[in-house]
This record gives sequence, structure tokens and C-alpha cells, in this order.
Amino acid sequence: MVGFLAYYLVSNTLINLERQKIASGFGFLHKESSFEIGESLIPYSAASTYTRALLVGALNTVKVAFIGIVITIFLGTIIGVARLSSNWLVSKLAAIFIEVMQDIPVLLQLFFWYALFCETLPSPQEALTPGAGISVCNRGVAFTIPEAHPAHRYMLLAILAGCVIIYLMRRWARKRQEKTGQFFPTFRVGIALLLGLPFVTWLTFGAPLKMDVPVLEGFNFQGGVMVSPEFIALLMGLILYTSAFVAEVVRAGIQSVSKGQKEAAMSIGLRPSLVLNLVILPQALRVIVPPLTSQMLNLTKNSSLAVAIGYPDFVSVANTTINQTGQSIEGVALIMAVYLFFSLSTSAFMNWYNKRVALVER
Amino acid sequence: MKQAVQAEELRPPVTSIGVIGWIKNNLFNGTPNSVLTLVTLFFLWKTVPPLFRWAFLDSAWHTTGQACREAAGACWSIISMNYRFILFGFYPYEEHWRPFLAMMILVGLLFYSRDRNHWKKTLAYAWIIGLFAMGLLMKGGLFGLPSVESTQWGGLPLTLLLAIFGLTAAYPLGVILALGRRSKMRGIKVLCILYIELIRGVPLISLLFMSSIIFPLFLPEGVTFNKILRAQVAIILFTAAYIAEVVRGGLQGMARGQYEAAESIGLNYYLTMRLIILPQALKIVIPPTVSILISAFKDTSLVVIIALFDLLKTTQSVLSNPEWMGFSREAYVFVAILYFLGCFSMSNYSRKLERELSRGD
Repeated sequence: MVGFLAYYLVSNTLINLERQKIASGFGFLHKESSFEIGESLIPYSAASTYTRALLVGALNTVKVAFIGIVITIFLGTIIGVARLSSNWLVSKLAAIFIEVMQDIPVLLQLFFWYALFCETLPSPQEALTPGAGISVCNRGVAFTIPEAHPAHRYMLLAILAGCVIIYLMRRWARKRQEKTGQFFPTFRVGIALLLGLPFVTWLTFGAPLKMDVPVLEGFNFQGGVMVSPEFIALLMGLILYTSAFVAEVVRAGIQSVSKGQKEAAMSIGLRPSLVLNLVILPQALRVIVPPLTSQMLNLTKNSSLAVAIGYPDFVSVANTTINQTGQSIEGVALIMAVYLFFSLSTSAFMNWYNKRVALVER
Repeated sequence: MKQAVQAEELRPPVTSIGVIGWIKNNLFNGTPNSVLTLVTLFFLWKTVPPLFRWAFLDSAWHTTGQACREAAGACWSIISMNYRFILFGFYPYEEHWRPFLAMMILVGLLFYSRDRNHWKKTLAYAWIIGLFAMGLLMKGGLFGLPSVESTQWGGLPLTLLLAIFGLTAAYPLGVILALGRRSKMRGIKVLCILYIELIRGVPLISLLFMSSIIFPLFLPEGVTFNKILRAQVAIILFTAAYIAEVVRGGLQGMARGQYEAAESIGLNYYLTMRLIILPQALKIVIPPTVSILISAFKDTSLVVIIALFDLLKTTQSVLSNPEWMGFSREAYVFVAILYFLGCFSMSNYSRKLERELSRGD
């Protein structure tokens, strides 16, 4: 019966496609896209192919999802801890934030922030300058950045090298502690390495200080880095909405560690920071990670709402592609495939992490 | 007399009881907390009064759009002058009492269902009759009510309709999927897992696109489906996958003994599920089901993207009117309050229910 139904639907579809003169298949991907995309991480123009356009969209999705996830975890943790604060005022404010943000649809929040940005901020000519080198106007936020210099690439390399050294150092320090009991201040040395190595690299290149300052030219800013209002509105909506859920997850995780654990840790003479690091956090993380994963996935999926405010994410670009070529089946299939890929890879990573923090039964 | 004096002498110091004691204990215990309180108070003092001024003192409540532009504060006139359109969309103006009555029936039913003592068979019949009456009121065509095409439906009734019917239809489907996922028949199991994981991995918007762009291609020439119904189907398919996971949690929470006991008194699979397992499993998962209802309610706002006139879209079309252009903040705050009231009452109810159930009645 299922087979018959499938046959019926497929034959209908084929007839319809033929009637509308739409060629099925992914051949359209090699054609010229002939539409512009507002922001892109890789070189792109209207002469590029649809494949490239979709890639730009996918990268934009990754960009907003990645930045969003990092800030959300940070903000959500702070709010979750604030919710548990013994300070009545702080705790109640956190509770209000959580309840309000959870109960307003994320799409509405996106519209709200976008409207706020476009309607209340001044035009580029009268841009606000909240801090040196930052200009805020209804076309976006312009930042001053250091002017491109070969030193930057080497500084990035220095940071990567620092990460590798820290990883090796931690292994060595742990082994030494297990053998001799001597403690090595990995954390402090690690921070010093992460900051020091790029700094030394910067100095060896003669400490380039030239800045790329955004200047008003005509109707908009030139130079510096311009962040579009769409991106900011999308990021803000996603962060505020998801961090309310993350805060609840964090709160539940911390509450799941029984009070006796903390008391026992303190009674064997651990410092408060070590109590948190060695006793509370490892146990809380075990409860936090699985629901946190699903919140991260929700954020990634909700970033597809970008299409409603005009941020060129994957769905938005795919939607334009569908409208131009009429390849609706292929377009929607691509959307689904890309999000499935995002979802599966995020959950694969989080599952790997979860295994590391999970309870090891002996 | 002597005893009373003693009792008075034993009273704790003033600074540790009453208002002062409470403030000292909850706001100023220790230096870091005191600093935190002061910083928070400063922040509130900087934000709340201007917001209050904007929203209440300097605001315009019942004026034209032109007068609004001269007011320094919020323009609530956009709501008071357009609330009928925001709430009911393109529904014929004289017939607005019908969707209103339908919503009242819904609210009444929800309110009556709050009490768990009312959960009987009669309530189920009341819901069926109520939903039918709501449909009749919206659609018309019987009992002298003029018929209203579904293309004219919009606003809050449409939002509620999509959420309520979405959940009612998704629930049985979700239960079936959950049972299928735990089935011993491999084919069914694999199909159910594929379905659930596929749907949970993609955003709702892709399903809405599918229903609005692809679905018409599946049908033979000349056959068309109502746009609202197509979006409704997408929401149902989406919600069902999430319900399936929640129900699966409930099924996993069932002790093995329950299955074995049912088997030992000779019940077959269908009877075991209907009489023993599902009644218990579904009861455990009532609170998470309410959370799904909440997200389904919020998710209905996504139909904006396929141009259905739900609450959010009617608001946006008011905003595109030149007279009211630029008052998005006020309009969106109003819609946000409506959504908040709906979701907050549901989540409050879910918490109450959770407490009741965990008490083990």
C-alpha cells in the first residue's frame, strides 16, 4: 500500500514538473546565480554559481550559529548561576528574564530587535559612538580593526602553537602529579602562553599599530568591519531566547549536585575554586551536557528564521534559488540535508564530549 | 506575667527579623552581595523609570498616527485603533463575534480542564463538541451563519487553531510513532526512527516550505489544498516527532513487571498497551507534553514566512500602513504580551501539575 501511494505521488509529481517545464536534478547548481548576497565570508558575486551562493549561505549559518552558541553558553551560565544566587534581587531578576524570554516566540523577538535597530537608531551621518572606534547607526555597527598585516597570520599560528603546548603541558603535569604529587600551575602558565606567544610575535614584527578606521563616505561607512543590522538582530534574538533555556539547564545541573558533596570537599580542605573545579562542575556537567546539546541544536535550527528578516543564511539563499529556478524539490531537500548535517555533527561532537564527562562506573 | 516578660526578653535582635532582617539576609549578606545589590539597583534605577515614562506617562493611547508622531513616548494608539484587525485579520467585520465566541469556548474548555478531577469521559466529549462548534463558528454556512472562506481567517483565532488542532492531531500520531519505535518488528522500528530523527533534525521552516511549495506538486492536476490546512499538516508532522520522543520517555519509565503482568493474564499487545501501559506512561509525561504544547503555540508564529495571516502577520500588515509605519516596538510588545500570557499560564499550569503528580496523589 505504501509503495502504491509512493508511486501515485511520484507519477503526479513528474506530470506536474513536466507541465511546468521544470527539469529535475541538481544541474541548476552549476548555473550562474545572478543575485547579490549582502554579506559573505568568501568572495562572491552575482556571476558566481548557485553552488557558491549556497555555500555562502551555509557559511553564514555556521557563522551566526557558532558565535551564537559561544555567547549563549556564556550568558546562559551566568544567568543560571544568578538564578541560584543568595541575593534575592539578582535571583528574581534572573527568574523574570528566563520566564519572559522563554514565553515569547523567537521569531517575534527577531522582528522586535530588527525593528528596534532600524527605527530607533540614527542614520550613518549622525551615527552614535558609544566607544572609541565603534559607530552605531541604522545601517549596522562599524568597528575599527587593526589594518591587515602579515604579522596577524603569524600571531594566529602562535595561538595555535600555544594551544598545542598547553595540551602537551597538561598531560605532562598530570603524569608528574600522579608520580610525584607535585602540583604544576597549568592554568596560569597556560594563560601566560596564550597571551604571551602572540604578543612576542607581534613585537618581533615591529609592533604594527596602524588601524583601519571606518570613515563616513557618502551614505555609509567605508573601511573597518561593518556588522549588518540583520546579523545583530538575528544574533540577539537567538542568544536571548536560547540563553533563557540554557540558564534553566545550568540551574538544574548545579542543583542536581547534592549539598553533601560540597561540604565533603570543603572538609578535606579544598579551596573554593578547587571545590567548584574538581567536585561540583564534573558532576553538574554530566547532567547539563545532554539537554545543553539539544539547546545548541535548537539555536542552529532557529537560525533558519533569518529568512524572515533578510539575513542571507542558508534557508534564505536556498529560498531565492527556489524562486529563481523553480527547483523546489531539490531546494527543500538541500535545506533539509544541510540542517541534518549540522544537527548530526553537533550532536556527534556533544556526544563525544558527553562521553568524556559521563560517569565512569568502576 | 513573669513568663511573658521572659518571652519578650528572648526575642531576637531587630536586625535579624522583620523587614530589616530580611533585607540584611537576602540583599546585603557579605561585601560581594552588597556590591551586587547596589550595582543591580543602579541599573534598575537607570532603566526602569525611563521605560515607565515611555510606556505610560508620555504615551499616546487613543489618537491618530499623526498625533502619535508628536508624542514623546509610546504610541499605543496603533493597538487601540487597529486591534480588531490585529486580532481577527480579514475576517468580515460584522462577523467578528464568531471567532471571538470560538476563542471564548476554547478558553472556557481549557479553564475547565485545568482541574484534574474533571478529567473524565464527559470532558472528552465536551472537547469534541467544543472543537466542532469552534469550526462551525469560524466556517459558517449552517444555521443561518454566512459562510466565511478560510482564506479570510486570520489573527489570534488562526494562531490558536493551528496550535490546538496541531497538538490534538499530533498526539495520537506521536503515540503511534513512539510505540513503533519500540516495536519488535524491524521494518516498522527503522521507519519510525528515521521519521523521528529526520523531523527532529530539520527546522520547522523547511517543512512549511515543503507544504507550501512542494506539496502542490504531489497532487494530480486541478486538485488544490487549502493553504491553512497544508501549514497545519506540516505543524502536525513536526509536533508528532517531538511528542513521540516524550512518549517514548514515558514508555521507558514503565517497569518491566507491568508488561509481564499484562502478558501473564493473557492480554494481547493491543490490550496491554491500551489498558495497562499507555494510561500509566501518558500520565507520567503530562508535564513535558504541556511544554510541547507551549512550543507548538510559539512555533505557529512561523507561518508568517509562508504568508498566512496569523497574529504576527496581521500586526506586520498594520505596520506597513503608512499611517502607522515606525511604531513596530509598540505593536510587537503588544503581540509579545499576548504570547507571554498564553505561554506563561501554560507553563505555570505545567509546574503546578508536576508538583501534584510528584506528590504521588
